[in-house]
Amino acid sequence: MTELSKSGAAVGEPTVASPAPSAFLEVRDLKVHFPTDDGLVKSVDGLTFQLEKGKTLGIVGESGSGKSVTSLGIMGLHTAGQYGKRKARISGEIWLDGTELLSADPDHVRKLRGRQMAMIFQDPLSALHPYYTIGQQIVEAYRIHHDVDKKTAKRRAVEMLDRVGIPQPDKRVDNYPHEFSGGMRQRAMIAMSLVNNPELLIADEPTTALDVTVQAQILDLIRDLQKEFGSAVIIITHDLGVVAELADDLLVMYGGRCVERGPAEKVFYEPRHPYTWGLLGSMPRLDRDQQERLIPVKGSPPSLINVPSGCAFNPRCPYADVPKDNVTRTVRPELTEVGSKHWAACHMSQEQRERIWTEEIAPKL
Amino acid sequence: MSDKAKDEAVAIPAQSDGTTLTKDPAAGDVLLKVTGLQKHFPIKKGLLQRQVGAVHAVDGLDFEVRAGETLGVVGESGCGKSTMGRLITRLLEPTGGKIEFEGTDITHLGVGGMRPLRRDVQMIFQDPYSSLNPRHTIGTIIGAPFKLQGVEPEGGIKKEVQRLLSVVGLNPEHYNRYPHEFSGGQRQRIGIARALALNPKLVVADEPVSALDVSIQAQVVNLLDDLQQELGLTYVIIAHDLSVVRHVSDRIAVMYLGKIVELADRDLLYKTPMHPYTKALMSAVPIPDPARKSAKSERILLKGDVPSPISPPSGCRFHTRCWKATEICKTKEPPLLELRPGQQVACHHPENFEDQAPQDTVLLSDAKEAAELVSEEALAESAATSAALAAEVEAASGAGDAESGDAESRDAEAGDAEAGDAEADGSAESESAKEEAAASESAESESAESESAESEPAESEPAASEPVASEPAASESTESEPPAKEK
Repeated sequence: MTELSKSGAAVGEPTVASPAPSAFLEVRDLKVHFPTDDGLVKSVDGLTFQLEKGKTLGIVGESGSGKSVTSLGIMGLHTAGQYGKRKARISGEIWLDGTELLSADPDHVRKLRGRQMAMIFQDPLSALHPYYTIGQQIVEAYRIHHDVDKKTAKRRAVEMLDRVGIPQPDKRVDNYPHEFSGGMRQRAMIAMSLVNNPELLIADEPTTALDVTVQAQILDLIRDLQKEFGSAVIIITHDLGVVAELADDLLVMYGGRCVERGPAEKVFYEPRHPYTWGLLGSMPRLDRDQQERLIPVKGSPPSLINVPSGCAFNPRCPYADVPKDNVTRTVRPELTEVGSKHWAACHMSQEQRERIWTEEIAPKL
Repeated sequence: MSDKAKDEAVAIPAQSDGTTLTKDPAAGDVLLKVTGLQKHFPIKKGLLQRQVGAVHAVDGLDFEVRAGETLGVVGESGCGKSTMGRLITRLLEPTGGKIEFEGTDITHLGVGGMRPLRRDVQMIFQDPYSSLNPRHTIGTIIGAPFKLQGVEPEGGIKKEVQRLLSVVGLNPEHYNRYPHEFSGGQRQRIGIARALALNPKLVVADEPVSALDVSIQAQVVNLLDDLQQELGLTYVIIAHDLSVVRHVSDRIAVMYLGKIVELADRDLLYKTPMHPYTKALMSAVPIPDPARKSAKSERILLKGDVPSPISPPSGCRFHTRCWKATEICKTKEPPLLELRPGQQVACHHPENFEDQAPQDTVLLSDAKEAAELVSEEALAESAATSAALAAEVEAASGAGDAESGDAESRDAEAGDAEAGDAEADGSAESESAKEEAAASESAESESAESESAESEPAESEPAASEPVASEPAASESTESEPPAKEK
């Protein structure tokens, strides 16, 4: 904690040391704020979730909802001060396997990063260094955490490339990133992030830059590797199809906050937040008969500097006037349990939402 | 200055007689006809910039766009779909082939020659950030087509621009704002307003929603839909998202490495895709339904990547990744044939249809590798559908032979029996084989009963003919009137 207060990175009350959680990864009330000339950007504003080993959490939301900032926050990549003198202000707790990361010694976090937790980035071309061969980059990632000679590390690199399905790995290991196609680069990225057998893998839009056929290959690969290594996976995407394929649990983000969280089946079949309804209604679906019309969410995503007061979704919510006393515009709704392990943040009563979902929304999907 | 005056001289008479704006083609007429369209980008090397090769971006396309319809074009990146869009709007000069717009050959028209046509053919671009000039207000941006064409709309340009803004769902008071003041979805609406300014006949939209968030995507898709209904627009929508394309299109062209591999009515394409590539592409789309998580096996995985368009594979371009490829696929390029009314396919061994090259059965080694990636269920299903099709063909020939009304019921029974035999054959396959065969059997006997002998069911016409004679059959059905467009 001293580290944070010295650097001024903590926001609000310094958290009282709470007992280590039982879950493998637990994030408690995470806030990531960026001071800018226009005001404080509250990219993530109070996020809480748990993740067990061998499970997959999907985080969905529109651009600017704070998905990627969350993942960088967990990896501890925000405090580096990349925004000039002004650092990101982070508060909350991130517990990984019994260690609290935000208050931990940065050197210790550095040891964990890449070894215990690893990340797959969205754009493999900008995440891979153009100046080094694929092999050199994987070898570097391996040797930082393992005291082995170059030969052993290279053998390991070839083995990993083979594991992620790159043909002729012993030859391709000496290629540069530009000699790989988009799908192969993403495979190489995955090989690099898995080279140290991390227990937590964060995939930030891992397939957004790829074609559907390649996307299918990569998703299968992530699934198989997870089964093999038993890691916990966080998959961040805007594509509900992708999370439906992979995720056990789902977290829907809007305006830097979680609006709904629960088991994937619950969130897909019994969603209890109007924004989740909006997402489901906006998608044309191949597995259903042709819809007459899509049901879009009106308006556009909120500015994170001036988040609407009350419920952040209220200007776009078709049911903003259902709860009485204008409460949606004045009071911020908290997550409440709406089913077993299923939470949603909405002012409407449980019965109202159930009725609207079953009578108005579900039949149109 | 003189150039501008000349342009106006070209444009104004056309405007004053008013023919271009009032003469609307009847729905169903061919608006745009493309034959053998090619675009090769040269690769130059060395001091003398000698041409050492070419990227075969678009390599022989034949298709038509009918007035009032939406043609969707899908394919992976690098398949040439965007190049195709730029060719038909003549932003690029074709290397070969012919483009006809309303019967006029526009293949090699110059900039000046194209200008009067620019009014009728407009484009919506993919990236709403780079396609709007940041130094112009949106009033200037949307008003530019009027100035360029020398058109003075009723009530002045400003009033017309404000009307267009409200048509696309923006506030007309935002006339004097700059593009950076708008969000991505709103910018895309500005791009749409600009494309609609001159009341075009054909709008080519290149990935109109792929840069937008899901909730905004739906808004824009609905807007395009509404505008088409109100203004009777014809769209060519290029996209990589198969679910969006299905939602907006009447007919869909699937492209692979510069060629159309399948061109079909929407429902036919999605229900019974014939080209293996179409099938693989569709099975790769993630379905937003967690219950299907375990059903990974339904998916057809393609091995490797799309080959380079610099030296595309011989014969069928898909043979290097296809699980059904045989020797003929490597040597002979399959022509794009109308195998079923409303469904054109370029494949020697189509799915959901009888084999076009049944004599060729030895799989290529590539295909054997590829087949390992295709799940057993998918193969069984494909075998089942061919069993069902065999039944369909036999039943159809049974019904087709019927001479008089008396013989009809007897023949229908015979058809039933034959289909039953086929079903028995297929029962060795799987549970789904039975269902497929049974479904086709009942459908076939129904059609045999309802149709009289002299008016053959159109559905079975090409199927009834011999496999060898599929070419004449196909041309026959192209001559017959196009199938009724669903609206």
